Amino acid sequence: MQKIYRSIEEISGPLMLVEGVDDVASEELGEIELVNGERRACRVLEVDGNNVIVQLFDNSMGINLVDSKVRFLGHGMQISVAPDMLGRVFDGMGNPIDGAPAIIPTDRRDVNGQAMNPVARIYPNEFIQTGVSAIDGLNTLVRGQKLPIFSGSGLPHNQLAAQIARQATVLGDDEKFAVVFAAMGITFEDANFFIQDFTRTGSIERTVLFLNLADEPPIERLATPKMALTTAEYLAFDLDMQVLVILTDMTYYADALREVSAARKEVPGRRGYPGYLYTDLATIYERAGRLRGKKGSITLMPILTMPDDDKTHPVPDLTGYITEGQIILDRSLNQKNIQPPIDVLPSRSRLKDDGIGEGKTRADHADVMNQLFAAYSRGKDARELSTILGESALSDIDKIYAEFATAFEEKYLNQSFYGARTIEETMAIGWELLKILPKAELRRVDQEYIDQYYDEKRG
Amino acid sequence: MADNKATQGVIKSIAGPLVVAQDMRNVRMFDVVRVGNMGLTGEIIEMHGDEASIQVYEETAGLEPGEPVVTTENPLSVALGPGLIGQMYDGIQRPLEDLYEITGDRIGRGSSSPALNQEKKWHFVPTKKVGDQVVPGDIVGEVKETSSVNHRIMVPPTIRGNWVIKEIASEGDFHVANTIYTLEQDSKTQDFSMEHRWPVRRARPHKGKKAPHEPLITGQRVIDTLFPVTKGGTAAVPGPFGSGKTVIQHQLAKWADADIVVYIGCGERGNEMTEVLNQFPKLTDPRTGKSMMERTILIANTSDMPVAAREASIYTGITIAEYYRDMGYSVSIMADSSSRWAEALREISGRLEEMPGEEGYPAYLGSRLAQFYERAGYVTCLGQDNREGFLTAIGAVSPPGGDMSDPVVQSTLRIVKVFWQLDAALAYQRHFPAINWNSSYSLYANDVVEYLNDMIDRAWSKNRTEALRVLNEESRLEEIVRLVGMDSLSFDERLTMDVAQAIREDFLHQNSYHEIDTYSSLNKQFYLLDLIMHYYRLAQDMGKRGITVDQMQELPVREAIGRFKTVEEDRIKERYEELIDELDRVIPNLERER
Repeated sequence: MQKIYRSIEEISGPLMLVEGVDDVASEELGEIELVNGERRACRVLEVDGNNVIVQLFDNSMGINLVDSKVRFLGHGMQISVAPDMLGRVFDGMGNPIDGAPAIIPTDRRDVNGQAMNPVARIYPNEFIQTGVSAIDGLNTLVRGQKLPIFSGSGLPHNQLAAQIARQATVLGDDEKFAVVFAAMGITFEDANFFIQDFTRTGSIERTVLFLNLADEPPIERLATPKMALTTAEYLAFDLDMQVLVILTDMTYYADALREVSAARKEVPGRRGYPGYLYTDLATIYERAGRLRGKKGSITLMPILTMPDDDKTHPVPDLTGYITEGQIILDRSLNQKNIQPPIDVLPSRSRLKDDGIGEGKTRADHADVMNQLFAAYSRGKDARELSTILGESALSDIDKIYAEFATAFEEKYLNQSFYGARTIEETMAIGWELLKILPKAELRRVDQEYIDQYYDEKRG
Repeated sequence: MADNKATQGVIKSIAGPLVVAQDMRNVRMFDVVRVGNMGLTGEIIEMHGDEASIQVYEETAGLEPGEPVVTTENPLSVALGPGLIGQMYDGIQRPLEDLYEITGDRIGRGSSSPALNQEKKWHFVPTKKVGDQVVPGDIVGEVKETSSVNHRIMVPPTIRGNWVIKEIASEGDFHVANTIYTLEQDSKTQDFSMEHRWPVRRARPHKGKKAPHEPLITGQRVIDTLFPVTKGGTAAVPGPFGSGKTVIQHQLAKWADADIVVYIGCGERGNEMTEVLNQFPKLTDPRTGKSMMERTILIANTSDMPVAAREASIYTGITIAEYYRDMGYSVSIMADSSSRWAEALREISGRLEEMPGEEGYPAYLGSRLAQFYERAGYVTCLGQDNREGFLTAIGAVSPPGGDMSDPVVQSTLRIVKVFWQLDAALAYQRHFPAINWNSSYSLYANDVVEYLNDMIDRAWSKNRTEALRVLNEESRLEEIVRLVGMDSLSFDERLTMDVAQAIREDFLHQNSYHEIDTYSSLNKQFYLLDLIMHYYRLAQDMGKRGITVDQMQELPVREAIGRFKTVEEDRIKERYEELIDELDRVIPNLERER
């Protein structure tokens, strides 16, 4: 029998003090019933003797100290999971909002995941084809990796995320692929774009969506990624699926965390974010991975907008320290209408070296990748120099490099948000571009591959 | 002491990893307690009247007020004895492989398993006999722990004074917990096994420290030649994300010429620890020819594991390292990353509502860091034989946004003697290791260079000084080139740029993924730098004769020098002599272009 308390003593921002409670555990979920019968969820943050501090997921409007009732549910935050979650849309707390009937749960799971034992992990080394050359060719994504997209306001990160969700496949077998998509604090229009896009292209069938929109309670955002990852863990480790989780936008998530921290009057760290932001983000990101003896995997692509395109802002900065690389979108490429505008030079995938090569992509992949990086980097420098000193200041070879850089952006990076390229196609374009350079310049490519691909007849 | 009322309290409040319990008047500061019905591990960090604040090393969700708290009456300590090597522990020395057997792929709460394998039998060979007089630190016997490590069984420093061996086991196989010897002092006797416990927050005693001077050879050219660290020294590697901190730490763990390596993954990525676990057993130690894992101990407290255990992990690691140092070994400890440890400290401090210092870090951040690094050193170990041991500490630092004014970076710099600054710009250019040669330093350089002059070649220090000068000169010239272009430089200046490029690309750049290039012996490092400097010395005279730098750049011998780093170790001397001959032949005979 659950006890009902009418002892709310304080309400301040998203926090509420309830006195005289018994048997309440840390992190336990509660429910507040207003005078008009409306119910709102809350969570225990701190227990001090018979007093508890609870955090409201919704706003506090209408709650009063005299009549509102609180009861505690005896368990932490949970989500019902079932195979038929695929193709469905849920709110940030895991309730269906697509008008279809409630799912029939096969299990209820605690959303606070437990830390993976490092010895239970399998090192990620299997290639995922996203169909985007800048990723597949140069910043390769592998199964079980966490690779964020660093973006800025006004950049097409949503289009890129939708493109990856739509196109991602695991090569060469019939493994089941699923996408779990969690939106935190994005606008209705953005959310609608994803739903429409997934529905139109049919990829909604393999997708689970969790939506917490910009006008919905910010505190609810703290639960959303946990809901999504718990679902992903169920799909991956119970149902053996290869799951890609997209979380957008982590900056809004961190802002919600800051809001609660400020309400608790905690000592702030950088830019007012709490000192435990790193740990909090890590408990989300580290849920990606592969496990010994399990077929499935969780690959994580968080998206975050860098305020003022500042990579040293705490959210991208701490994210970069936890994730295994980053894909960075660039404003000037976007202005040149390069789609997707991925700046490959500062982008990086830490795990790519183990996911490419013979048997995974192609034997010449690593060499071509290094050569393209080096050549594009040099070409960009040459191009910058020519804008300062004029083209005549360039040596002949630097002119070729400058031409290479432009061609690289137009042919390799640019492919439209609806163009899917196989890894073979990406490699072929890479070689087409390398042919712009004299053979002697290809110092990073093994002679064997130069013989095989450089001299190949065009077209 | 056995009074139950005194040792058992109840939970009063819970806030994240901090639990306050009451009825705790009789417990001691820093004693380990079991918290709640699940028996979570915690440590007492503050006491007020009969309330004690406990930092809990496991997730506290689900705890309720009123649940019991029981003290173990012991401070947080580690088990020391045969069986440590090759293990992967969490921050409070729970063996992760055993936990996997017990709780599966997630770390279950309240679970525990003995740190040392209690089933395995070790072959003990006594080195002392009945009637011998011993003091703490004396070696009474040996156990072959792995094929490359002889584990020396020492009289533990938990006792004092002179003792006499009353009984000692003869050669045979024993469990770690079996009694091996009995000591007698003033007619009282005490039994000892191969295992003993030591509190992690207390440095293990030694007879005294000495100034370190012998280099720790790492096989990394930029480190050994330009910014060396000594055995028993301290070093820090700060750098923004993506600058290759972890790769450097891994390289050092793999190749540093230490007898024992303790690697602490402190608040870092889970997959990195998996990588270490996958790679190390496959790598062979260049000195012993044995698997790297046979000298390595891993402490993994990944970023998703509880923060309080992260705070403890570096103490657990360094205590184990000190234990092997006490045997007379050279031990290296790598902590990746000390910033995450400092953040754990900050988080606990915040929950205790302490007055914050800079950036919210507690005011005692600097002194705690100093206490950690000061446990490194070159020491005379306890025991009558005056053997020497080394403990080298290398910490990675992850400054937020790459900002070097970060309190953790600055507090670390006050203590460590070697600073390898990683540079994001170098990392973008794919120059690895991305150690910036202009801002890094080593305060051991003078001592080490002397040592290497004697060990390797008299020209070692000359080449090194010259190389550093050229690199420094290059950054000045680069600014001029950026303003007015390459054409404005004199022959000497162009040659400096050319040589600097050769030092950067052919010498400093080192590919950690290349089978041969990943490790360079000191001889190879000397030969390679000497080739570049020999070229420099020969080329300096060519300006007068109207030879251009471009002409010299195109010589095939230059490319051959560039490939020298991938020459196999057994062929380097021969190849070095060939190339020196070729330089001597080709450069003076260059003809002026028309």
